[in-house]
Amino acid sequence: MSTRLATGGRFIDRSQPRAFSFNGKRLRGYAGDTLASALLANDQMLVGRSFKYHRPRGVVAAGAEEPNGLVNLGKGQHFEPNQRVTTTELFDGLEAESQNHWPSLEFDVGAVNARLSRFLPAGFYYKMFIHPRSFWKHIYEPFIRASAGLGKAPKSRDADTYEHFHAHVDVLVIGGGISGLAAALAAGRAGVRVLLIEQTAHWGGRAPVDDPQINGLGAEEWINSTLQALEEMPNVQIRTRMMGAGVYDHGSVLCYEQLTDHIGPKDGPRHRLWQVRADRVITATGAIERPLSFAGNDVPGVMLAAALRDFVVNFGVSVGDRTVVVTNNDDAYRTAIVLKTAGLDVPCIVDARPAPTGELVAEARALGIRVEAGKGIAKVKGGKRVTAVALCAQAGEGAVLEEIPCDAVAMSGGWSPVVHLWSHCGGKLTWDEAGAMFRPDPDRPPTGADGEGFVLAAGTANGFLATSEALADAYAAGQIAAGIKKGKGPSALAPAEEPMAPVWMMPQGAAISLREKMWLDYQNDVKVSDVQLAAREGYESVEHTKRYTTLGMATDQGKLSNINGLAILSDSLGRPIPSVGTTTFRPPYTPISMGAIAGAARDGLFQPIRKTPMHGWHEANGAEFEPVGQWRRPYAFRRNGESTEAAVHREVKNTRDAVGLLDASTLGKLIVKGPDAGKFLDMLYTNMMSTLPVGKCRYGLMCSENGFLSDDGVVARIDEDTWLCHTTTGGADRIHAWMEDWLQCEWWNWKVYVANVTEQYAQVAVVGPKARMLLEKLGGGMDLSKEALPFMQWADGRIGDFDARVYRISFSGELSYEVAVPAGQGLAFWEALLAAGEEFGVMPYGTEALHIMRAEKGFIMIGDETDGTIIPQDLGLSWAISKKKDDYLGKRAHQRPHMTDPNRWKLVGLETTDGSVIPDGAYAVSEGVNDNGQRNTQGRVTSTYMSPTLGRGIAMGLILNGPDRMGELVEFPKIDGTSVTAKIVSPVFYDPEGEKQNG
Amino acid sequence: MKKRYSVFAIAKEAARHHLGWERAWAAPSPKPKYDAIIVGAGGHGLATAYYLGKNHGLRNVAILEKGWLGGGNTGRNTTIIRSNYLQDPSAAIYEKSRSLYETLSQDLNYNIMFSPRGVIMLAQTQAEIRGYQRTAHANALQGVKTEWIEPRRVKELCPIINLDGPRYPVLGGLYQARGGTARHDAVAWGYARACSDMGMDIIQQCEVTGVSTEAGKVTGVTTTKGDIACDKLGIVVAGHSSALADMAGFRLPIESVALQALVSEPIKPAMDVVIMANTVHGYMSQSDKGEMVIGGGTDGFNNYTQRGSFHHIEETVRALVETFPMISRLKMLRQWGGIVDMTGDRSPIISKTPVGGIFVNCGWGTGGFKAIPGSGWAMAELMAKGEPGPLAAEFTVDRFKVGKFIDESVAAGVAH
Ligand SMILES: Cc1cc2nc3c(=O)[nH]c(=O)nc-3n(C[C@H](O)[C@H](O)[C@H](O)COP(=O)(O)OP(=O)(O)OC[C@H]3O[C@@H](n4cnc5c(N)ncnc54)[C@H](O)[C@@H]3O)c2cc1C
Repeated sequence: MSTRLATGGRFIDRSQPRAFSFNGKRLRGYAGDTLASALLANDQMLVGRSFKYHRPRGVVAAGAEEPNGLVNLGKGQHFEPNQRVTTTELFDGLEAESQNHWPSLEFDVGAVNARLSRFLPAGFYYKMFIHPRSFWKHIYEPFIRASAGLGKAPKSRDADTYEHFHAHVDVLVIGGGISGLAAALAAGRAGVRVLLIEQTAHWGGRAPVDDPQINGLGAEEWINSTLQALEEMPNVQIRTRMMGAGVYDHGSVLCYEQLTDHIGPKDGPRHRLWQVRADRVITATGAIERPLSFAGNDVPGVMLAAALRDFVVNFGVSVGDRTVVVTNNDDAYRTAIVLKTAGLDVPCIVDARPAPTGELVAEARALGIRVEAGKGIAKVKGGKRVTAVALCAQAGEGAVLEEIPCDAVAMSGGWSPVVHLWSHCGGKLTWDEAGAMFRPDPDRPPTGADGEGFVLAAGTANGFLATSEALADAYAAGQIAAGIKKGKGPSALAPAEEPMAPVWMMPQGAAISLREKMWLDYQNDVKVSDVQLAAREGYESVEHTKRYTTLGMATDQGKLSNINGLAILSDSLGRPIPSVGTTTFRPPYTPISMGAIAGAARDGLFQPIRKTPMHGWHEANGAEFEPVGQWRRPYAFRRNGESTEAAVHREVKNTRDAVGLLDASTLGKLIVKGPDAGKFLDMLYTNMMSTLPVGKCRYGLMCSENGFLSDDGVVARIDEDTWLCHTTTGGADRIHAWMEDWLQCEWWNWKVYVANVTEQYAQVAVVGPKARMLLEKLGGGMDLSKEALPFMQWADGRIGDFDARVYRISFSGELSYEVAVPAGQGLAFWEALLAAGEEFGVMPYGTEALHIMRAEKGFIMIGDETDGTIIPQDLGLSWAISKKKDDYLGKRAHQRPHMTDPNRWKLVGLETTDGSVIPDGAYAVSEGVNDNGQRNTQGRVTSTYMSPTLGRGIAMGLILNGPDRMGELVEFPKIDGTSVTAKIVSPVFYDPEGEKQNG
Repeated sequence: MKKRYSVFAIAKEAARHHLGWERAWAAPSPKPKYDAIIVGAGGHGLATAYYLGKNHGLRNVAILEKGWLGGGNTGRNTTIIRSNYLQDPSAAIYEKSRSLYETLSQDLNYNIMFSPRGVIMLAQTQAEIRGYQRTAHANALQGVKTEWIEPRRVKELCPIINLDGPRYPVLGGLYQARGGTARHDAVAWGYARACSDMGMDIIQQCEVTGVSTEAGKVTGVTTTKGDIACDKLGIVVAGHSSALADMAGFRLPIESVALQALVSEPIKPAMDVVIMANTVHGYMSQSDKGEMVIGGGTDGFNNYTQRGSFHHIEETVRALVETFPMISRLKMLRQWGGIVDMTGDRSPIISKTPVGGIFVNCGWGTGGFKAIPGSGWAMAELMAKGEPGPLAAEFTVDRFKVGKFIDESVAAGVAH
């Protein structure tokens, strides 16, 4: 059994018990425990079920590489699936549940898959479930889906908050083991700005467990003195519980800080996502131990050798009473020594090497531990827990020599440097034959804008497994990163180790029946036989193998399995490992929460709503809003219980009969100013703007380079070198960017400035036959008569108590004044208009009334009549295209054959024969079908409304040669199978002579 | 003829520990000459070869791949399949494609896991409502089954959605019930196996480095495995199309940019449809493995790195946390990028070229996975006959000269 030892445990505080639960069972651990150590202390070895076969799974590692120990953590709004037990710090009240089983962890029906595993080799689903076709969707797929997936889906909204930080440093050191500390120390001493981060709560990494001597001090002492030195440097910042998640171009590094996960639900942000810009990045991320591939290596109780000793040294937890150690290297002997010294039984060390003789080997022997050289494990016995191992000759085929009862197995297949962060942004690896590992290739680092490498790997992460070499390498890395010459760093003393021997399969000649039981990927259930099958079937590229078998695609992203799998593949293909290569390392290093990625920008802060000065009034007065760009505009103002439609119709009628107010503040207002402004606008608009006299307005069109109408609006000439360009509400930012694009990239020597003053003004359209009376009633002295301020002119002046700029423009066909006042006075002005207008029956109106009125008048709307494929000529707007100009954006495009084709769909009005409304988006059909069997069409509706003014359905549409076909009937099928017939008419349904707007 | 895949074959092989399976596709050396060479063993290249053989009896064909087959965007995409496109030529080819997907597992005898679980494109502004209603009308005339659904139905189909986001409430959606997803690798592998079975040569690790022509006609290609002659050449290399065109001496209106995607850790089934939210810019579905598969926008600059960048991930995840609040407590497992080949009108090119015997199929951009079978079908017809059939007729490269664009950004911001 696994249990808490009477003494020991660097991290735990036995005076501070912590209560927690697992699958409803109440258990106790200590402050400083991880969930893994606390579970093991309570003899809870079984922690989950594997993905495919639902095999029982126990903790196999002690850190971020753990593939098995994943739990559903927390409840309700704090629930989170797939939490790794080895990195989850224990807190009082923690509630965990194991995953992927039914009905319970101990008795899982899904485990029948394991019995069927013979029929479910890698890629089985590609070869099955093909017939009958309908079964896939209704039977097979739902079954596969239900049995896949690990944790439960969260049900509630997240109660936690998250935030983003940005930081700029000279040197970012990732990893707070002794290498990271040494690198930070070197860089810190050089005086540059350093940020040192460590993903766990503890500094020093693995060193304190193995306790080498550093600079004559014990490892822990050296770590503490180094930390103190770093803390005293004002140019150095250090942080724990912060992981380097991803390295991106230009020295941008994503880091993930867990602020409250170790204390449970609490106020304040849970995670903090950092974007660190670093001149140099040092990855001192250490190494990960590799499992060995022997039959039954997935039985709970089989654990990485280093993890086993971590549990003893750091947490005072013994994983088993009798532990067999199996290894191909010296390091694992440390585990045997630690266990033995803690009073635990180590019946045997099984070493695949023929004649191990190193210092550690001698020490183990001296403690009386039996060492079996040249041997391997033929098979692990046990179901939900190891009961024994069968030994065999490593060189043989697995004939059992002896069975040794035990309840734990410590395995070590050597170490792999953590090269993920090095690799994210293009750093290349080289195969180290002696260490049987990939290590960063110093000649091919990720390069920055200057062509220099910006990432340095340091210490163990750089392939230096011996403490003294690692320290020297890391200290030098710190100096190089800081841009100073290399000097002498700390020195270390640790037992010398003999070379490891690569062992990719145990025993070497294992028969298929054993290979089918050798797990590579514990979570996804990928075995040696699966990789061999993939190779046999031609899935030879390492990416094919990965995808075919799902090797390395689990939540640990192959931290334990990739190299072992690769070696099996290379062996199957008869090609050396480096020529097979690795799969791509992608961010993040370990999974990071979506909440952290989204950050604070959620709910109300997700794309903040832009508000006009009158927004609050609209809210208080029944406005129904619609999103337009980032604004919300009133769609209609509903009054006591009326329907939206009734409100819209009332607003139209009232505006046509009396006077209406529209909050037009959202319209884009761009000031274009400078000696070349006229020339610039002549290029931007199809119209001639340079000749517009001061004081006048002109309706202008803008096209893309492809000639398509992209925006429209009224341009006013303010003075000799200043124009004010109105854009559509949704277009303001886009057009502003468009102008800047041309000015900055193409015409950078033109003397023009553009300023977006949209929010500086509140603008109100005062519309209707009584508009002038209303404004005149407010007083102020401005002459608003037809003579003083005719249609398409503007003037500055005072209206009531307000400084106003008044434009005589109309988008409704009515007498209309658009009045701009400083934004701060917008609400007061709006209220003054309402108060003064009471006697004239003034009412506000919304965007829908606006749309209807402009459609009645035959005015086009960007986004309705246009869709990015329409040229002004299609809309009868050729009059707005200057013939006098040499050029404008879109001119060349307008001359392309398809644009000048006489047979285009062109704008007309449509009047339904029965007075009904044509559905939005309907197409006009013609006879027959095209070569692809699609019904032929001859046009489509672009705007369609019930006109309250005319009391019937009216529409605008684009119809093939429409303007030449006045009076013809066209048919619009509806979705429901019926259709509606409409007559082609002029698009101007209302006041065609324009007497009202000009009046 | 290869051994057929079936449950019986599996049972039989299980008895001998699966040691009897043969290669899914052969690994031949190049022959000196082929009737037709396809450059690029992505989905589109492999499908082109397959239909050349199947529909037109042309089997002396090689498919040359510089890396590993299916390793380009075919193996990197988010696998959304739908055909409710707006413009006639698009709807025709995507619907052809979708309908081929329906029976592709049976045709190829390889389970590509086509999962017609339904695709909803959300409308979150009035303009989007009008745009999708227009698409619905167009689709009805094009023979594409799609429908406009109200918010309540959206919620029924996808209980984890938040209809009342404070910023962009869901106003409805365009729903294609027979849209869905498929297993991307399996599509490439299934076609590859079938091509190999027809006697075609799939040659991996074989980069085309030059194109030889004589009197304005193609004669062959230079590759990292030597010179290979051919009568016809199909360039089907997505993001590298401009590079290949350059070798053949002509230019293409293509820009290459990175498109980002990510997956969450796997969870038990929580979402049974594909949802695209174009106003906020993100889309999501759940894979058969349980991961939430998430995509968003393209980077704002051109490049060839095939790397993930972060700013779009942030934007996309933010949008989707608003749309599906529960994902806030899921974790991002992996992010990646693929280089997509973008044309000016966001529609593909399936076309003859200025060089005789050379045909090009590219420009599928952010949305070409769904088109693989249909595109292969149309490209094979073009290569076999030398002239496009009706499916490809409008997708000529000349349309950019005359201005006859097929613009799909019209109805929706993005087109996956
Ligand atoms: C992140 C992302 C998400 C996407 N999501 C979707 C989606 O949800 N739905 C959808 O329909 N589409 C989606 N797409 C788009 C889709 O992936 C592509 O349109 C489609 O896969 C393109 O296939 P292809 O065969 O043309 O290109 P690829 O699969 O890229 O194949 C081109 C092949 O050509 C090879 N090649 C290049 N140069 C040479 C040379 N000189 N010699 C030999 N070989 C060469 C390449 O190695 C590559 O294998 C997405 C794309 C990305 C990147």
